[in-house]
Amino acid sequence: MTDRLATRFAACKEAGRAALVTFVTAGDPTVTATPAILDALVAGGADIIELGMPFTDPMADGPAIELANLRSLGSGTKTKDIFHLATTFRARHPHTPLVLMGYANPMLIRGSEWFANQCREAGIDGVICVDTPPEEDAEIGPALRAAGVHLIRLATPTTDAARLPTVLDGASGFLYHVAVAGVTGKQQAAQTAVEQAVEKLKAATDLPIAVGFGVRSAEQAAAIGRVADGVVVGSAIVDIIGSHGDAAAPFVQEFVATLSGALKANSPHFRETAA
Amino acid sequence: MTISNSLRSQPDASGHFGSFGGRYVAETLMPLILELEKVYKEAKQDPTFEAEFEELLRSYVGRPNPLYYAGRLTEALRADSPDGKGAKIYLKREELNHTGAHKINNCIGQALLARRMGKKKVIAETGAGQHGVATATVAALFGMECKIFMGAKDVERQKPNVFRMKLLGAEVIPVVSGSQTLKDAMNDALRHWVSNVHDTFYIIGTAAGPHPYPELVRDFQSVIGKEARQQIVEIEGRLPDLLIAPVGGGSNAIGLFHPFLDDVDVKMIGVEAAGEGLTGKHAASLAGGASGILHGNRTYLLQDEDGQITEAHSISAGLDYPGIGPEHSWLHEIGRVQYMPITDDEALASFQKLAALEGIIPALESAHAIASAEKVAPTMDADQIIVVNLSGRGDKDIFTVADALGVEM
Repeated sequence: MTDRLATRFAACKEAGRAALVTFVTAGDPTVTATPAILDALVAGGADIIELGMPFTDPMADGPAIELANLRSLGSGTKTKDIFHLATTFRARHPHTPLVLMGYANPMLIRGSEWFANQCREAGIDGVICVDTPPEEDAEIGPALRAAGVHLIRLATPTTDAARLPTVLDGASGFLYHVAVAGVTGKQQAAQTAVEQAVEKLKAATDLPIAVGFGVRSAEQAAAIGRVADGVVVGSAIVDIIGSHGDAAAPFVQEFVATLSGALKANSPHFRETAA
Repeated sequence: MTISNSLRSQPDASGHFGSFGGRYVAETLMPLILELEKVYKEAKQDPTFEAEFEELLRSYVGRPNPLYYAGRLTEALRADSPDGKGAKIYLKREELNHTGAHKINNCIGQALLARRMGKKKVIAETGAGQHGVATATVAALFGMECKIFMGAKDVERQKPNVFRMKLLGAEVIPVVSGSQTLKDAMNDALRHWVSNVHDTFYIIGTAAGPHPYPELVRDFQSVIGKEARQQIVEIEGRLPDLLIAPVGGGSNAIGLFHPFLDDVDVKMIGVEAAGEGLTGKHAASLAGGASGILHGNRTYLLQDEDGQITEAHSISAGLDYPGIGPEHSWLHEIGRVQYMPITDDEALASFQKLAALEGIIPALESAHAIASAEKVAPTMDADQIIVVNLSGRGDKDIFTVADALGVEM
């Protein structure tokens, strides 16, 4: 089996630009509305899709994604619906990497092997489990590795040089750099801080580095895309879904296209063409 | 030196009580949690830390509080018991502490740790407001800035405590997310903490959350059991036959139980809130829940088949939480402690009974433990001894009780 994440990061690198990683919550606002929104992300130019697994108590998320979680659960989204969304996405988009992001309890309620096997069968490439640090790797890591699903770890502004090896031990797919000490979608990181952090992470690992938390505009995405291998945008997209509900897909596509365009404009190939 | 077969040597080095406990937090918080663990280990070895803790418990909290023989309650239950039955009931008077509950014991300990770590700001979650008041109190005592996260519904239900916290200089932040109660207050406290890790200490109110919180909260609350043990030996010349304490997160219960865990002849009952009954809305995580991960630890939780957390209900705001401390989950699984559900109605009846018979208005949380004692004492011999943890006073609950009884105030 080809590794979709590795293939996509390599292709983006070849094109001289950062990968665009976009987040939406599965089932927001409804399970029936989600496929069109996922298609809009791809059509807008997203390279990698993070699909949020809703949870009643998303304590690492800011208001935007928390509301998305509650909209999804409020409309009746079940775990089986999420894997169905992933399975049908994989059939429509055989090459676009899909990462499931969420909290430990909904992932592990039926056991880690069940979860890992569901991920593999649904064509999910990686998992980000927000509230399972390396210290609790035994809960989820071994099962994902056995199923050939990447466990994507997070590095944060509080992850110092002494701790970084612990985070990297068992990390795969890519490394997600959380740019601000905080919850999703609230503060913005200073560009210099992002640059310094990415530089340190690159010195410590060969994994691609994707930067997220607080990235809301094309300008910010472009700035971060000049140093990182990937740029993650979540809350800004989720806000569009919050405003437009079932009719959000075209608005999502339009916004994602501006992000994608900004990243592509960084590419030397683009500059040559434009010249 | 820890004896390997002791029940008092938990958690293990990684913070687990059997399969429960652990550290399930976002990476941003991990370095701080690890630092707290280190600082707490050092503090435990430092005689000046313990001396200061004990002195504040004595001169500020008012410890030791009494172990009181509830003679009229005991006799009233004997009157309805078979001949020779009806155990003696003692009450551990935590409600006589400054701020009216056991919560202050833990807050003093954590504030000392915060100061040791150089943190000038503290935050806390609160349900009924008791832990919020206790945290605001120690923040005033230590000259720290204090923010209290409280569900918007609870802010409305517990106005006197909200005003108390404000008088004590705390900022009360109403939480409008989710069910707007204790669990959502904890979510928002965690969100604030993750955004302010560099200068903020989170004073968790119960023996739950990521390691080392369940351990250190238990240790600070163990003063309850240590005192009770000494007092009952002084009064009766022997250990009690049974300990009873209410369990929400379970800090007062683990504080009473822990010093007795290796005394095989001392039985223990933790009382869960059965709300409207186990088939209806309740807060009994052990009786009606399953193992899961929330708020930093693996423990029993009320949840659906997809692992979504379901809303808890109890007439007692302090028990109105869908989880329980991890050490209780472990003690339940190994069978060392029996956990008994008590309904809203049973607690309400005991609330009134204790007031009428002993002149003590218990917190609704504590009334659950009294109700359990009323069930169990008549099945025990008259020369047996029960110690009930009267964890808090009931002044805060008079509006709730009046409302439940249909009384206009």
